[in-house]
Amino acid sequence: MEYGFTTAAYVVAAVLFIQSLGGLSGQESAKRAVWYGIVGMALAVAATLYGPGSGNWLISLAMIAAGGAIGWVVAQRVQMTEMPQLVAAMHSLVGLAAVFIGYNTHIELVRVAGLDEAARAALNGFAAVIAHKSPVEVSILRVETFLGVFIGAVTFTGSVIAFGKLAGKVDGKAKKLPGGHMLNATAAAVSLVLLLVYLQSGSTLALLGMTVAALFIGYHLIMGIGGADMPVVVSMLNSYSGWAAAAIGFSLSNDLLIVVGALVGSSGAILSYIMCKAMNRSFVSVILGGFGGTTGPAMEVTGEQIAIDVEGVAAALNDADSIIIIPGYGMAVAQAQQSVSELTRKLRAKGKTVRFAIHPVAGRLPGHMNVLLAEAKVPYDIVMEMDEINEDFPTTDVAIVIGSNDIVNPAAQEDPNSPIAGMPVLECWKAKQVFVSKRGQGTGYSGIENPLFYKENTRMFYGDAKKSLDSLLPMIE
Amino acid sequence: MKIGALTEIFAGENRVSMTPDSALQLVKLGHSCCIQAGAGAKAGFSDALYAKAGVEVLADAAAVIAAADVLVKVRGPEVAEAQALREGQTLISFFWPAQNAELLEIVKARGATVVAMDMVPRISRAQKMDALSSMANIAGYRAVIEAGSNFGRFFTGQVTAAGKVPPAKVLIVGAGVAGLAAIGTSVSLGAIVHAFDVRPEVAEQIESMGASFVYLEFDASELPDGAATGGYAAPSSPAFAAKQLAKFRELAPEMDIVITTALIPGRPAPKLWTADMVAMMKPGSVVVDLAAERGGNCDLTVMDQKIVSDNGVTIVGYTDFPSRMAAQASTLYSTNIRHMLTDLTPKKDGVIVHNMEDDVIRGATVAKDHAITFPPPPPKIAAIAVQKPKEKVKELTHEEKRAAEAAAFKAQTRSQVAMLLVGGALILLAGLYAPASFMSHFIVFVLSVYVGVQVIWNVSHSLHTPLMAITNAISSIIILGALMQIGSGNWLVMVLAAASVFMAGINIFGGFMVTRRMLAMFQKS
Repeated sequence: MEYGFTTAAYVVAAVLFIQSLGGLSGQESAKRAVWYGIVGMALAVAATLYGPGSGNWLISLAMIAAGGAIGWVVAQRVQMTEMPQLVAAMHSLVGLAAVFIGYNTHIELVRVAGLDEAARAALNGFAAVIAHKSPVEVSILRVETFLGVFIGAVTFTGSVIAFGKLAGKVDGKAKKLPGGHMLNATAAAVSLVLLLVYLQSGSTLALLGMTVAALFIGYHLIMGIGGADMPVVVSMLNSYSGWAAAAIGFSLSNDLLIVVGALVGSSGAILSYIMCKAMNRSFVSVILGGFGGTTGPAMEVTGEQIAIDVEGVAAALNDADSIIIIPGYGMAVAQAQQSVSELTRKLRAKGKTVRFAIHPVAGRLPGHMNVLLAEAKVPYDIVMEMDEINEDFPTTDVAIVIGSNDIVNPAAQEDPNSPIAGMPVLECWKAKQVFVSKRGQGTGYSGIENPLFYKENTRMFYGDAKKSLDSLLPMIE
Repeated sequence: MKIGALTEIFAGENRVSMTPDSALQLVKLGHSCCIQAGAGAKAGFSDALYAKAGVEVLADAAAVIAAADVLVKVRGPEVAEAQALREGQTLISFFWPAQNAELLEIVKARGATVVAMDMVPRISRAQKMDALSSMANIAGYRAVIEAGSNFGRFFTGQVTAAGKVPPAKVLIVGAGVAGLAAIGTSVSLGAIVHAFDVRPEVAEQIESMGASFVYLEFDASELPDGAATGGYAAPSSPAFAAKQLAKFRELAPEMDIVITTALIPGRPAPKLWTADMVAMMKPGSVVVDLAAERGGNCDLTVMDQKIVSDNGVTIVGYTDFPSRMAAQASTLYSTNIRHMLTDLTPKKDGVIVHNMEDDVIRGATVAKDHAITFPPPPPKIAAIAVQKPKEKVKELTHEEKRAAEAAAFKAQTRSQVAMLLVGGALILLAGLYAPASFMSHFIVFVLSVYVGVQVIWNVSHSLHTPLMAITNAISSIIILGALMQIGSGNWLVMVLAAASVFMAGINIFGGFMVTRRMLAMFQKS
């Protein structure tokens, strides 16, 4: 009876979770969707506490309350520019929890195996479920547990490194130990061997050995990826955390875990796919790190970068009717979104058309720019996707590039030898005039020369984005 | 260094090469300034204004020449002025070295350095000191104003209680800087503007200013490639010239105002508006010839004069349009001079470094250290990047489109069927070996992945970050596993499970809260 009730609650929760993800198709319905998710989660937790297999719910509630309090405080305090770090940090928690739960399953398995018939009958809760398994089911359980721990461990160290890179605590450049991907392959092979050992013997040592190998893979894999590839990394880790949950769900025979794990896993996988497509690169090449080899010498860039001062930019903006702003990671770094918003407000108040063009991989997290602009109260209906706005550049008076580089690089279209050839880019150079707000003359993360900066209608607006925009604001009238 | 501005001695020249504003900027470069008394008077800048800006006002030209290290002027020097230059002194002004060989010899003999503003290379970086462009801009504007003052009607069409007024029709020949300025001015006055240029690639610029480009109908092979000669039109082929004159004859009876600006470097102006075209025009029409100094584009043009033809068409042949707007012209010219001095003073410390390696400075310098440095070697940077021929995207016919769509559909079907077959086979294979209890969970898993894929594709791009945050929160569903294990008798299991519950708790609350915060920020305008 009790068990039936729990299952029913799980079904409702699963539907709510699906609704919650589906609701994210629009900004307005999304506000409702998050409540579906919250209710679904509350229902699932309550049903589990109430249902069979649980115990010690005093400790459980205390732990949820303590964790919840921390989560609440963190969520209130986090800056919107720090979202990528926060997301990565949260993934690491899911990964670690999956490892712990996997180990618990293993410990219970060992304990139950050591008991005699009478003691087994007296078991309750999770141990009882294990006790009733047939030998085939036990070996399947071992595979599931093993997988859960493996994915969890990779997610954990990977997310920790990703967090470090995004927070600037670890050098953001791609780095590999000598041996490169052979090390990863070796660690994976060792894990596979240990899986076979574990299947046969159920030895704790094999599980521990694999955990170490998986932790190393997570660390080394993410160390080898950097900079502009981070959106793919974060969404990939998101996917992993889902698969870890699904694997744990299998080992615990819990359908809700499987459903949610699969939802999250496929969501992360699709995000990774979208990001890779936006960079015109295969998933494998992103994971293997760095940009692929070029097929020939890069096209010679002719011309020179011409600087412009704040008066010049102000004059052009005052004269322009239509303006498109292209934000990138540099805007997030300079914390310039408030200034950008203020500029937008002033320009719009004068009756000018101001829109934003967002490239799918702008920033360090899928959708990063949208969130920053939303935080700064830029209305979302003037924030456009690349496909929506790319055709409008030729009829635009001024395009302002703030802290983005590769996503506005005309070499992607003009130079077949460029490392980013074929990547879809925002065609801002077709606007009558382009201003590029940039700290200095460097080439950015990818090290690819950007011919945009040398175009005749491009003017370089050097300096910190926030300071530049703040000095610009009083001149817009 | 001391910068000195001289009074223009050419008759009718009203401009001045230094304004109080430009003097202030020059002081910022570390220079000091002096000016001949009364130099700015005709341009509206009194000596008092200069004195207020910290410029030393000297009584006569001799005093300025004696005091200054760098002399700035508008017009090129007269012989007397050139002979007054001293060794090592720099003169910055228009010079026209190709036409003034003997002047060049004089300054060479005197050992002075001459920077000719008309020789500044036409590259992007040098635009700020391109005095020819800034003067041409004024000439184009003023040409329209002159035309208007000699034209008896409105530019703009009006319907008034006193009757209907048709708009004036304006033809601009030559879309250089002056031509484009003239187009802009006449469009803003409300006229219907047509413009012609031998370079078909400027059609876009003309249309962007609001005029319509007068096309000549040609076979593609006949079109000249005018862009190769540094932004000026080369003399056209005879066939082209004939075609263009025929087109002008066709337009002449309709046009109320014709402004010609066609010049070819180093040659007399081409005759584009012939006497018979003037004869075809309506009485009261106006022709303004901006090429009058080089003989004029119109047959009837008389340099520096306004004449009226037999059929009542006014033909304006003034050559001093910038000087007629002396205040504006002086402001722009002095800014050009100031930019030139900025480039000559790289450290902003008042020390002039005449860097002959610099394309712009090298190009503009025509005499230095007892040597004539004209003509300059070709600049290192091409004036206009040669445009790559663009591959034309082939317009697909309806059948081809249909065929392509059908092929894409087939390919899609094939890949989908293949994936379903492979996937199905794998699952069936798993079913052969795995126990039933596993398979029931497996069904749930596969269906969930399927649902997940369908749902996530619809998530809008802008909500990807909230999506990640919310999936993060719900992936903490892993808490259920920990909750089920926490009741175990084993202390290690309990500790690990408790830790997991704790971490998942952080995630659940943190994830949902931060998602809500983000979504609340998305606002419609």
